[in-house]
This record gives sequence, C-alpha cells and structure tokens, in this order.
Amino acid sequence: MSNTNEATPPERIPVMQHILDNPFLLLFLGVAMPTVFYIVWGVMEIVTIPVAK
Amino acid sequence: MSAILPPESRVWWKQPVDRVEGMWIALALIWSLIMFFMMPYWHVFGKQNLSNEAYRTTPEAFSAKAQAMVDQYTVRTETEQKIPVVRPPAGSDVYLISRLWQWWPILELEAGKSYRLHLTSMDYLHSFSLQPENLNLQVIPGYEGVVTITPTRAGKYSVVCNEYCGLGHHTMVSSLYVVNK
Amino acid sequence: MNTLFRTCPQSGLQFDKTAETLMKANAVAGVVFLLVGGILALLVTLTRWPAVHLLPADTFYMTLTAHGIDMLIFWIIFFEIAVLYFCSSTLLRCRLATPRLAWLAFALMLIGSVTANVAIFRGDSSVMMTSYAPMQAHPAFYLGLILFAVGALVSCFIFLGTLVIAKAENTYEGSIPLVTFGALTACIIAVFTIASGAIILIPTFLWSVGLISHIDPLMYKTVWWAFGHSSQQINVSAHVAVWYAIAAIAFGAKPMSEKVSRTAFLLYILFLQLASAHHLLTDPGISSEWKIFNTSYAMYLAVLASMVHGLTVPGSVEVAQRKKGFNKGLFEWLRKAPWGNPVFSGMFISLIGFGFLGGISGVMMGTEQLNLIVHNTLYVPGHFHATVVVGTTLAFMALTYFLIPVLFRREVILPGLAKWQPYLFGIGMGAFSLFMMGAGTLGVSRRHWDIAFAGSPMAYEYPATAYLLLGLMAVSGLVAMVGGAAYLLITVGSLLWGKKLEPVSYRKETVPLRLAPGAPAIEAHGGVGVGGFAAPGTFVLALVFLVSFVLYYFINWKYLSQTWGLS
Ligand code: HEM
Ligand SMILES: [Cu+2]
Ligand SMILES: [Cu+2]
Repeated sequence: MSNTNEATPPERIPVMQHILDNPFLLLFLGVAMPTVFYIVWGVMEIVTIPVAK
Repeated sequence: MSAILPPESRVWWKQPVDRVEGMWIALALIWSLIMFFMMPYWHVFGKQNLSNEAYRTTPEAFSAKAQAMVDQYTVRTETEQKIPVVRPPAGSDVYLISRLWQWWPILELEAGKSYRLHLTSMDYLHSFSLQPENLNLQVIPGYEGVVTITPTRAGKYSVVCNEYCGLGHHTMVSSLYVVNK
Repeated sequence: MNTLFRTCPQSGLQFDKTAETLMKANAVAGVVFLLVGGILALLVTLTRWPAVHLLPADTFYMTLTAHGIDMLIFWIIFFEIAVLYFCSSTLLRCRLATPRLAWLAFALMLIGSVTANVAIFRGDSSVMMTSYAPMQAHPAFYLGLILFAVGALVSCFIFLGTLVIAKAENTYEGSIPLVTFGALTACIIAVFTIASGAIILIPTFLWSVGLISHIDPLMYKTVWWAFGHSSQQINVSAHVAVWYAIAAIAFGAKPMSEKVSRTAFLLYILFLQLASAHHLLTDPGISSEWKIFNTSYAMYLAVLASMVHGLTVPGSVEVAQRKKGFNKGLFEWLRKAPWGNPVFSGMFISLIGFGFLGGISGVMMGTEQLNLIVHNTLYVPGHFHATVVVGTTLAFMALTYFLIPVLFRREVILPGLAKWQPYLFGIGMGAFSLFMMGAGTLGVSRRHWDIAFAGSPMAYEYPATAYLLLGLMAVSGLVAMVGGAAYLLITVGSLLWGKKLEPVSYRKETVPLRLAPGAPAIEAHGGVGVGGFAAPGTFVLALVFLVSFVLYYFINWKYLSQTWGLS
C-alpha cells in the first residue's frame, strides 16, 4: 500500500473493517451459519422424529 | 468516489452515520424485533398454531388406523366410488389419507369441537388445502403429521390438493362437512 | 500470461479481453434462456387464464417445469456469472483468474442447461423445478442440473480467485468497491447454495438410475430448499449490487455510508440463507423453534439489511441530485431524475417493486403461522414474480442498457422503445403479481391446470372473483410480456445491428486504481438536505413503506385469527 508522502503514520484499520475486507473469512461465516442452523439442526430434527405407535 | 470505485480513503469504518440512516436503522430494528416476537406470542396467545407432533409411518400402518376409523364411524357413502363419509366422535383421532388422486375418507365434523387430525400420503407429496377457509398443510409420505383442528362454522367445505402431484393433480379434491350438533 | 486490456472511452471502465468475451458469452446465454422462458411464460399464462385454457394438462405441467427452471436458474445464473466477472475483473482492473477454467465452467453450464431442457421436453420429467422425491424425473434432468451447478460453482471460485489476484498484484488500493462487495456477498451465498444443490441432487440422480433405493422425502425437501431458496438470495444480493452500481453510474452517487451498506451486506452473508425455511413452515416433524429462528433470518436481521439497502440506494441518489442543485423541497430530486433513461427507470421500478410488492409479501408469508393461509396458493408465485422478475430481472435489464455500449461496443437500437420498456415490463409485472397474490388469498392453488376441477365428482367452486383475478393477471402478464419482448428485441437487435462504436485498442498492462494521495477521512454529507437530514425525501418514502408494511402485516394476522383453531 502506498502511503505516499503523509507525515503521520497510517491510521490503524478498525477491526470490523478488517473483517469486512477479508473475503475468505466472510466465505467461511456465510457457509457455516446456514450449514449449522438450517441444515444440521434441520436434519437432526428429522432423524429424531419418533416412529408412529 | 462512487460505489463502483474503492472507498476514497483507506479507513472508512469511522465515517459518522448520517441522521437519516441512523433513525431508519433504529426504526427497522424495532420493527424486526416486533415481527420476530409475534411468532412466539401467537404460540402462547393465538389460536392457530401447528403442533409439533409428528411420527414416521408407513402406508400400511396408517391405512390400518384409517380403516379402523372408517369401519367404526361411517355414516354414508358418496360419489360413484362410494367414498365413506365418517363422523368420528368429538375429541377423537381422525385419519385422512392422501393418494393419487384422492382424499380418503370424507370427514364430517362438528362445529366448535376439536379433533386430532392425522395426515399422511401413500405416494407423492400432497397438500391439504381447506377451502374456502384457505388453510394449507403440507402432506409428506412416510411422515404422519398431527394437528388438533377446531372447525368454527357449519357448512360444506372442500379439501383441494395444492401440491403438484402429477397429471391428475387438478382432479384431487374432496368434501369436508361441518355440522351443528 | 498475455492478458490484454482496453479502457472504455465512454465509462472509463477497463476490460480484460478474455473476461470481456466471457461476460458476453454468459450474458448472451442468459438472454437466450430468457427468450425461451418467456415463450413458455406466454403458454403457461394463457393456460392459467380460465377463459383461454390453452394447453392440455400434460403439456401445461411440462411447460411450467421448463419455465421455472429456464427462468429462475438458467437465465438468472448465467447473467449473474457475467455480473460476477464484471464486478471482479472490470471494477478491480484486474485480469480474470484462470480464464481457461472459466470457459470450461461456461461449457459445463451450457451443456447442463441444454441437457435439463432436453430431459424436460422429452415429456417424462414434468416434476416442476422442485422435483420433490419420490416423484422421479429422467436421470438426464438431475444430471443437467448437476453439471450446471458445478459450472456455476467453478465460476464463483474464479471470482474469488480474481479478488486474490487483484490484491496480490495491487491493481487497487484500500478496500474493494461496494458493488464488488455486493457481488462477493452473492458469490458467498452461491457457494452455499450450489453445495446444498450438489448434496441433494447427486443422491437423487443416483436414485433415478437405480443405485440408491430410497430418498427420504422430508430430508429431500429440507436440503433442496437450501438450494432452491438460497438461490433467490443470490439474486437479491446481486440485484442490490446492481442498484448501487446503477446509482453510481447514472448519478455518480456515492454510498451514503460505506460502513452501513457493507454491514448490511454482512447481515445478508450471515442470515439471509436461513430463510430457506419459508418452504417448510407447514411441514410435519420440524419444530417451531427451528422454523421461527430460520424463517425470521435470526430475528429478521436480513430484513433489516434489505430495509437499509432500500433506503441507502435512493438516499445516495437523492444526495447526488441535491448536490447537483435539485435541492428544492422534498422531491425535486426525484421529479427531475432521468425518467427517460431506461438504466435509471428500470433500476428505480425494480427497487420500488421489490420492496413494496416482493418484500412485504415475502415477510408476511414467511411468518410461521401466517404461512398457513398462503402455503402453495398462487400467492407464492405472485410474491416471487415481484422479487425475481420485477426485482432481479428488471435490474438486470436496466444494467444491460448500460452494458450494450460499454461491454458490447454497440449503440442501443430503438431508443424510443427502450425508454418505455422498463415501464411496460415493471408495471405489467407488478400488476401481474398483485392479481396473482389476490387469487392466492382466495385459495387458488399454484401449479394447477384447472381451477374448475372438471370431471371431479366433488369439484370445489371458487368465487367468481377468483376467475376475474386470473383474467386480470393474464392480461397484465401479457403487458409484461410485451415489455419482455421489447427488451429481447432491443438487446439482440443492438448486438446484431446496432451501430458499432469507435474501435478501441488493447494494451498489455492494466492501469491500477489509486487513492488520491492524502485523501481526508470521509465526511458526512454536509450542505444538502432539509433540517439536518441529507436525504429527507427518501426518508419520507421509507416511512410510507414502513406504514404499509405494518398495516399489511397485521391485517393478515387478523385474517388468520378468524379461521379454524389449530393447535
Ligand atoms: C412476463 C413474464 C412472466 C410471466 C407472464 C410469467 C408467468 C408465470 C405463470 C403464469 C406461472 C404459473 C404459476 C402457477 O401456475 O403456479 C409462472 C411460474 C413461475 N415463473 Fe414466471 N412468468 C414470467 C417471468 C418469469 C421470470 C423472469 C422468472 C424468473 C426469473 C419466472 C419464474 C417463475 C417460476 C420459478 C415459476 C414457478 C414454477 C413452478 O411452480 O415450479 N417467471 N410464471
Ligand atoms: Cu395431491
Ligand atoms: Cu396435487
């Protein structure tokens, strides 16, 4: 990154901006969330349905 | 400079949020929470909720229970196919079979009374669509869903299948009677 | 790698030559499927118009299966891949990662889409796009979808790879543009979507060729919707990115706040895909806890995000217009907007239609209990024609008018017709959706050949209003189809016969994007607006939206409370 001729040292990047700038972290979150809450939880509910009397 | 270019400065997280946006976010958040809590609220105070009662079943097991009900409570038959009309006692378990392309048997219920309605399919997916009430329940083969229903007004209702179930889908319709005592 | 670049003299955008050809190929393939799907839409609409009832039942179900798949999957995803390449390679001024693989992906998608169509039109795969097991299609049907999905997945990774290259080769500074961030959101959702599709369609394919004996219907339905519904969330993210892009292109609008818009996209990434649960709300065996958490995108946080985008896109346009001097009162900026420019009008109608018609109806019917009074009725296709047709399709149409000169280097033919096209399509489709939803509230089923149930001994008689609404629906559908045909005519015509723009020369190196040296931290938009509000007009529109939303939502609870007791 070119910090051209600024006198002051470059400003620190806030944490949230770091997260939003990291596509692979976002990819992980975006796949993990629905996998856990929708698919895994949903499949667990289906396999635990009892057999009719 | 614009949304198709990188943000003008390296650090954009610290830009103060505009008043319009701030107020809108607050309003939208409140509304989102209200909508979310409406669902549990209705489970506690509302009268239209699905039970979470369901079982794994087989066509044979379910048919046997439906047949037993039909044997005991048939009051007459209807149509050329002689579909039994059953009038089970209030509060009892009633079984409705869906199959290509028919609902079986026809139910006759009493207004204001509750019944435990069991639904399954013998083959493909079907869907129980009660008209003109417009109440709709998905029916899935291999699973027996149970829900307690309480008809409000007497009259002749129809049960339409509104899940696509093959070429005869649009012929799959039956009656359901609600009578006063 | 001998990559070649050109800079577009009209827009200043820079294109990598191979990426450019790939974008063209994907966009053209998409438009071809829009044409096919459009012809099928005509047949389906004329059949659901009771007074016309065009096709016989078997052909109707076959045609409806093909319409759903060709439109919802093939048209939309081909075009989206073009958008992904544009947002990575073009906006980041970077060469496209692995162009050979991108061609392979395109070939897979093409072969897959043709295979699925052949399977459907053989007549033994009329299973609807949902293909709920145990209803079985020809193996080629599943195989086609799988090939298409693999191709699309590869394209997503090429998009991600291009982001990596751009960063490594320093073709831009700072963060990626907001529009690229929106495309990244779409891409991430696509990865989950397509993976779910593979998880369910591969076993189903094996079942159709006899290698697996049984597919559990409820398991199928659950996982299929992780594919089927998330696929709509790709569309939402993609068309929101396109809205931002058009606001930037047509007005030089800058996002009101990078932070707010990007956080809203983050909420999409985290929560939007949970809404696949919308399709399982009346199913047996799945608990209310699961249903409530998932159907509400975890407390409606993704709806909050959509409401934010719905404000910031027009808000940024308002700020830009006010800075240009259209600063009088609440709405001068809107009155003086370029309503004759289809790029803008298409985007704006898409935004309003998506929000008011698609958004409100979607949240209503995605409510656990309210779903009972709409599930599987025509209300459902009414809702999604407002989202994916008025919303996504119209946004993509609007973007096309920008891409014809910039990407294809042709002048748009028939500008007079182009001016009217978004109105015909958007308003026609908006009315179509409304009438369809109306018929749905009267209980008319979706995917139903004959609402008179001819031949059934216990036929149900729908109220006469239902017939009237279906007639109005069909007529509005025809208006929309005229708009759709106009789009196809203009697009295809411009590519074939449009005046060629001056040739551009290619060069070997990219011109990287650089931040202005020592740019100050971004400030709030001082100076414009009324009473300390930078975008007061938009805020008023947003309040109108909120009030409609609240009223409509509670009216439906009222309806629900009057029906039979269920517990
Ligand atoms: C002028 C344009 C269009 C018209 C008039 C039209 C009309 C229709 C009609 C009448 C149905 C049948 C509803 C039913 O019987 O259940 C339908 C279904 C559908 N349409 Fe469209 N449509 C149009 C464009 C589109 C576009 C652009 C898309 C997607 C991007 C789309 C996606 C779908 C889907 C997914 C279905 C449901 C198929 C199914 O139930 O499996 N349509 N359309
Ligand atoms: Cu059926
Ligand atoms: Cu059916």
